[in-house]
Amino acid sequence: MVEEPAMNEREKILTRIREALTVPAPRPGAHPGHPGTPNPPADPASAGAQARRWLPKVGDTIEEQLALFAQNAAGLKATFQLFNHWDELNAALLALRDAENWRRVASHQTELSAKACATLQRPVCWTDRGYDVLDLEACDVGVTSCDALIAQTGSVLVTSRSTGGRALSILPPHHLVIARREQLVADLPAAFALIQQQYAPDYPSMISFITGPSRTGDIERILVLGAHGPRKLTIFCL
Amino acid sequence: MTVTLLVPCFTDALFPRAGISMVQILERLGHRVVCPEAIACCGQPPFNSGYWAEARPMAVRVLAAVKDAEAVVIGSGSCGAMVKKFYPDLFAGTPQAELAAAVAARTWEFSDFLVTKLGVTELGARFPARVTFHDGCHGLRELGVKQPPRTLLGKVRGLELIEMKEAETCCGFGGTFAAKFPAISTAMGEVKCASAIETGAEYIVSNDSSCLMHLQGLMSRQGQTMKTIHLAEVLAQQ
Amino acid sequence: MSANATQFQAAAQRVTANVDHRRFIRQALGNYEIARDLRKASFQSWESARQTAATTKWEAINHLDTHLRELAAKLEARGTKVHWAGNGGQARDIILDLVRRKKAHTIIKSKSMTSEEIHLNEALEKAGFEVVESDLGEFIVQLRHEAPYHIVFPSMHLKRGEIRDLFQRELGDAPSDSPEALTLVARRVMRHKYIQADVGFTGGNFAVAETGMISITENEGNARLTAALPKTMVTLIGIEKVLPKLADLALFLPMLATAGAGQTLTGYNTLYGGPRQPGEVDGPEEWHVVLLDNRRTELLADPEQRDALHCIRCGACLNVCPIFRNVGGHTYGTTYSGPVGSVITPHLRGLQDWKHLSNASTLCGACTEACPVKIDLHHHLLQNRRNAITGKPAFFERLGYKLFSIIANDPTFWSLAKKLGRLTQPLHALVKGTALDPARAWTKTRDLPPIAPVSFKEWWRNRP
Repeated sequence: MVEEPAMNEREKILTRIREALTVPAPRPGAHPGHPGTPNPPADPASAGAQARRWLPKVGDTIEEQLALFAQNAAGLKATFQLFNHWDELNAALLALRDAENWRRVASHQTELSAKACATLQRPVCWTDRGYDVLDLEACDVGVTSCDALIAQTGSVLVTSRSTGGRALSILPPHHLVIARREQLVADLPAAFALIQQQYAPDYPSMISFITGPSRTGDIERILVLGAHGPRKLTIFCL
Repeated sequence: MTVTLLVPCFTDALFPRAGISMVQILERLGHRVVCPEAIACCGQPPFNSGYWAEARPMAVRVLAAVKDAEAVVIGSGSCGAMVKKFYPDLFAGTPQAELAAAVAARTWEFSDFLVTKLGVTELGARFPARVTFHDGCHGLRELGVKQPPRTLLGKVRGLELIEMKEAETCCGFGGTFAAKFPAISTAMGEVKCASAIETGAEYIVSNDSSCLMHLQGLMSRQGQTMKTIHLAEVLAQQ
Repeated sequence: MSANATQFQAAAQRVTANVDHRRFIRQALGNYEIARDLRKASFQSWESARQTAATTKWEAINHLDTHLRELAAKLEARGTKVHWAGNGGQARDIILDLVRRKKAHTIIKSKSMTSEEIHLNEALEKAGFEVVESDLGEFIVQLRHEAPYHIVFPSMHLKRGEIRDLFQRELGDAPSDSPEALTLVARRVMRHKYIQADVGFTGGNFAVAETGMISITENEGNARLTAALPKTMVTLIGIEKVLPKLADLALFLPMLATAGAGQTLTGYNTLYGGPRQPGEVDGPEEWHVVLLDNRRTELLADPEQRDALHCIRCGACLNVCPIFRNVGGHTYGTTYSGPVGSVITPHLRGLQDWKHLSNASTLCGACTEACPVKIDLHHHLLQNRRNAITGKPAFFERLGYKLFSIIANDPTFWSLAKKLGRLTQPLHALVKGTALDPARAWTKTRDLPPIAPVSFKEWWRNRP
């Protein structure tokens, strides 16, 4: 029985912590700081509440936010396209499918992703029906919806519950996201508020902020796309 | 006013002209200058090596010598930081704590005293040369002195200031560090000298003679023609 | 000098003599600085962000037991097994026991400096398991049997040609030395391993107490795959990584990306709240989270330096440190290098054995300036020096300072010292640079200034 020793170690650690904390530590900025840096009074409100004031500013209108998202996506080498009708989106889907020569597609059953798969007319590996990982590995693209798009960072928010599991948005070499512009939120604080609003207390076991295609700078600090995750990230937004 | 001028030990023995220039500048501005005979060192060498008990008697004598000073001006960023920032740490919880805090409040690095305290920028100085400025780390980061030397140099007739890329990078002197870790100290100095030489300037100017001693030592050994000069010496030229 | 200190000096000597290497490292870090400054400037107030982040971490660390209890409870409520490891040995035992019970063969790892700290790979390999580092930089140094060079960029010391040769030698596969081609080789190797691996092992950047989640930051997607495919997932995280609230990440994730790599946000920031939940289609059946102390509670017990536990392991202090830039990460000879490593290693591994890292600094303060959570790094180095002396003063050094203290602030002795200096200076010219030269540490590479014929004090005294 491994139970008892583990409890003892837990209590030992917590006891050490309690004892250590009996002597208070000075608050940040207590040592006369560098004259150039301001020390605003310590605010009991959490970092989350303050974050919006310090993070990069985001415009208030949806137009500004869409433009910011587009700008960020371009900088990240993600493809972002805005459409006014499903017809346009469908045409773009077909063009992309043919340009990349997609033979097998992976996806999950939500309105947006299922509709996109219907257009693509290719065999689909539906992850939400249970899947074989070798089958998923053989797919050319993973098509998903998303929980949100974040203007401030150009990020896509996905979860293991809402977007077909953990592997769908990371294993196939191309990740295609179908989103609605109403899903755009301004900034990271808004995204975290959305997560808590949507799911608390029963959260999906994985929640991920995807910011651009997979990348690495590990070789001579030169940016290479497609390290292990998708080499391409495409976001089609209606 | 009566200005109590503290001249660092290395300035006294090795670079007296820097100290002499400070006296000349302050007297030209109409102030009375006082130099306490009894003390030569602020105690930074033992303090920085962790020998706080050995540093205290030196610092106590400094405090005694300046306890009634109207204003204490120190001719280097590193000694200035010692008195202004570190004396309160050194004397925390001792009978001298209050005096240390009071003296710290009345202590200035030389260029900061002129510009920030006296509001003086025009000294009638003339020094026709191309120069670059080295920000000594203690003056820059402990005392926040970045702009005053540049403001003063900006008013010197005939002087052209060219900023070097590594202006804020440590020169590698670091007191006993230069002797304890000579290979690293030299490497850091080489980076700094290369950056200075790249500007095409004739002089490296700084408000800290100890840094200049290290850089000059390196450049002389390498046969470089670039020279070093203390800020006060430049400002005293007419 | 301790053995570690001797090794440090020797390594420093070697690396500083390699001008090509130093230039290569400085160039990489120069590019980082440009990107970082752009990102900092885009904040409405980077300095206010630092203050808020510092205060949040202060709250977290100074109520650590409360937050850890909540974290563990929330994790366990959703089926995660939480283990508490008092030290590295216990952590290794827990993990070894686990992988044995799972009858694992291959363990795929995503980047974890904490696992380096406890020498986990060595223990697993000795016990017969195949351990594969999936992060490209870690994969590269693993093949070279080397420690990571930098806590964020493990292989930044290597040129592409060296990596190509390495892949050729170890993998038999290296078509060219282009970064794209080399990355593709690693991707191909790893793909196979993700699918095949029995256990996925990760580190963690933050542990959110409020919701019982571990947050993992990465660019490559290898951690996402490590946490998606293997049946068993194990996460090792230091107890100090706690953040009180989920929304705190809205500030910490972009600050980590900015300070660490000059990015707006790192490629994948993922929150894990449990193993596969009912209704989910994939993910590990079991998730084990190992909370590690390993003397962090000792650092916690030092109120002067407790804020060193605020560290978010961004690497910014390494990037700006002129010592790091000139000696590189391997010279430090321990897991955590650079300024933060120099501050905490004495606490984690013994003051007298590791005090030399605190001495190998000019206390320039660039690290403190760069730290996104405002740890008072360079003052902690000074405090380590003081604590080391108090514990074990060096006889001759202390004697030297006692003498200096007497001479410097006594006008008669000081005057005498200067006169003596002037007299003996010509003699010094005879031994300069030789083994007899007492100032050899200086004069090997630098000229000494002459002692002025008339000192400032002498001029002052003789003024009309």
